Amino acid sequence: MAHEHKLEIFRGLLKFKSNVSKIWGVLIVLSIVTIVEVALGIIKPESLTENTFIKMKLLNWIFIILTIFKAYYITWDFMHMRDEVKALRRMVVWTGVFLILYLVFILLTEGDYIFDVYDTGFQSWDF
Amino acid sequence: MDATVTNATSEGKTWGGGNKPLKASYGKLMMWFFIVSDGLSFSGFLAAYGFSRFKFIDSWPIADEVFTHFPFLHGVNAPMYYVAFMTFVLIMSSVTMVLAVDAGHHMKKNKVIVYMFLTIIGGAVFVGSQAWEWATFIKGDYGAVETKGGKILQFLDTEGNRVALSDFAIAIPDVRVEHDRNNGVWYYAEGPLPTYSIEEVKAGFAANPNLLIRTQLLTEKGEKTVLNREESLLRLNRDAVGIVEGANLRHNEYGAPLFADFFFFITGFHGFHVFSGVLINIIIFFNVVIGTYERRGHYEMVEKVGLYWHFVDLVWVFVFTFFYLV
Repeated sequence: MAHEHKLEIFRGLLKFKSNVSKIWGVLIVLSIVTIVEVALGIIKPESLTENTFIKMKLLNWIFIILTIFKAYYITWDFMHMRDEVKALRRMVVWTGVFLILYLVFILLTEGDYIFDVYDTGFQSWDF
Repeated sequence: MDATVTNATSEGKTWGGGNKPLKASYGKLMMWFFIVSDGLSFSGFLAAYGFSRFKFIDSWPIADEVFTHFPFLHGVNAPMYYVAFMTFVLIMSSVTMVLAVDAGHHMKKNKVIVYMFLTIIGGAVFVGSQAWEWATFIKGDYGAVETKGGKILQFLDTEGNRVALSDFAIAIPDVRVEHDRNNGVWYYAEGPLPTYSIEEVKAGFAANPNLLIRTQLLTEKGEKTVLNREESLLRLNRDAVGIVEGANLRHNEYGAPLFADFFFFITGFHGFHVFSGVLINIIIFFNVVIGTYERRGHYEMVEKVGLYWHFVDLVWVFVFTFFYLV
């Protein structure tokens, strides 16, 4: 059976000798990222919670970016997406990413609008 | 991949059905199909959560203050440590799964058995942890008061520590007993009454001058608003109508009921995926043990169930971020 695995992660920065050692390497990467997330969530550095980018705290942006980073390594190395052909990768990833971004954009915009209606209306909702 | 099961006679004819442009077997492609569509279901739920959160952006519960428990450490404030542990368990079981797939590629039956077994254990630990997390959430913590408008008022002492209803409510003899079905004409029973009545809480609050009320509204800094003593008394006596202990689909002592609804729905849907993943893993595990795949000549079934298992882990990474961190 032919099962060639691509054994490089971080665009070739880190090369592993076997598929098994690559799996453990990816586990270490994912664990470090999770520990960083939890540590940031507990410490909540003020410089990251006070400043915002596009109406969202920098800390939340960091969480989301780290999540996508983790999702990439789970899909690419645990689900062997790295070893699939380009067409299969794109069918799965582009479809999902496009539809999810579209849905998230629409729902968050709408939610924000409804908040404004509640917030600036004459009716008080806090009773 | 040459591990594919069917090899029709149309091999080599481009339009005859023998061509495999994606170089993946039928079963794996169908698993990817399922994963994409199931991923869209989950993102639908998470996007709906985002919608509701943006709609109530100034009064949404703070996850750190909701999930503060750790098993066997009673009374210790441990925000998120247990969820972090659960995340780690799930990632770990993903690793043993991918090791099982790798052992399958090398046709090492015994290694596949060991790694599949560890994966099942990891999945079971995760589902159990989630059940514990639910039980803690449903049981509640300090208790709170609900207003006419469905808002939640929580109690603090002057140092800013949370105070439980049982710490200050004054028992008023009499009041009202739970209505059982054997007392009434129509044989209807009502649900269990809260431990304290709203009058008992109001009396206890008035008798303890060092108590304050915290509302759902968030300040500029993202902390909940604490009222001063006069405002607290006014608010409690004017607006409060009921007691909330714990959370269910209608009431939630931690804040907006929608938060509890989404918590039950999203983590429940994910937990159901983990549960069915464990069941499928068990089936495949026994198939490996009795040598089905050894005789078939390849362990592609382990690979397919592995894809599903990693997907469940992948979803959890997002649920963890959007429910507990952000």
